[in-house]
Amino acid sequence: MSRRPLVREVPPTTWFFRHPRYMRYMAREVTSLFIGAYCLLLVVAMQRLSAGPVAWQGFLDALRGPGAIIFHLLAMAAAFYHAGTWFNATQKAMPLQIGEEFVNGSYISGAHYLVWAVLSVAVLFFAGVF
Amino acid sequence: MAKSNKPVVWFPFAAGGTVIAFCMPVIVVLGFLAALGHVPPGLSYENLHAFAAHGLGKLVLLGVIALSLWSSAHRVRCTCYDFGLRADTLIATVLYIAAIVGSMATALFLFRI
Repeated sequence: MSRRPLVREVPPTTWFFRHPRYMRYMAREVTSLFIGAYCLLLVVAMQRLSAGPVAWQGFLDALRGPGAIIFHLLAMAAAFYHAGTWFNATQKAMPLQIGEEFVNGSYISGAHYLVWAVLSVAVLFFAGVF
Repeated sequence: MAKSNKPVVWFPFAAGGTVIAFCMPVIVVLGFLAALGHVPPGLSYENLHAFAAHGLGKLVLLGVIALSLWSSAHRVRCTCYDFGLRADTLIATVLYIAAIVGSMATALFLFRI
């Protein structure tokens, strides 16, 4: 008698529509496309910055407009969603044990959120936004 | 002991994920302000150039961009697989090479400043 393991058919492109949990997983996966695109934009920005003041001003001018605003709104949504899910996961990824007890997970995630907020406000302050 | 290249891929991936979580939102917000036409003073040529001219500034910019690139390359690879693109070796090769080239280019640009 031959052994025939059960192989369940999984549609390779539409599997994540089956369950809201899979949809949330894919939503997080899709954020990587926007963040990856934004990373490439940062590489271009460094090139323009190294090319001198005229090139940099040209880069800033090219960044203006409705297309750039829509792209930035999508990239912002992706960046904030990635950050939130990442900090929520820290309590599972690195549980902290003191003595016999594990530290409450919300403190670990909360500490990350706090550092994130302080860092972001500091960057905005030093960039002269306020 | 079995040898694996996973730690080499995973360490920059995890570090990059953390860097993206902490730094990318505020960077995109600064870019968004510039896209609206309200360029923050920190993004003026003089200020940003002065920041990038400093050794520590170079290190911060290169660290953020290179780690974010590597992490994004790995995540986009997984995203492609999840969307049913199963040419994983090809996709991984293209994305990792792009991340390495992008990081080296960034280092070169910063070195010139």
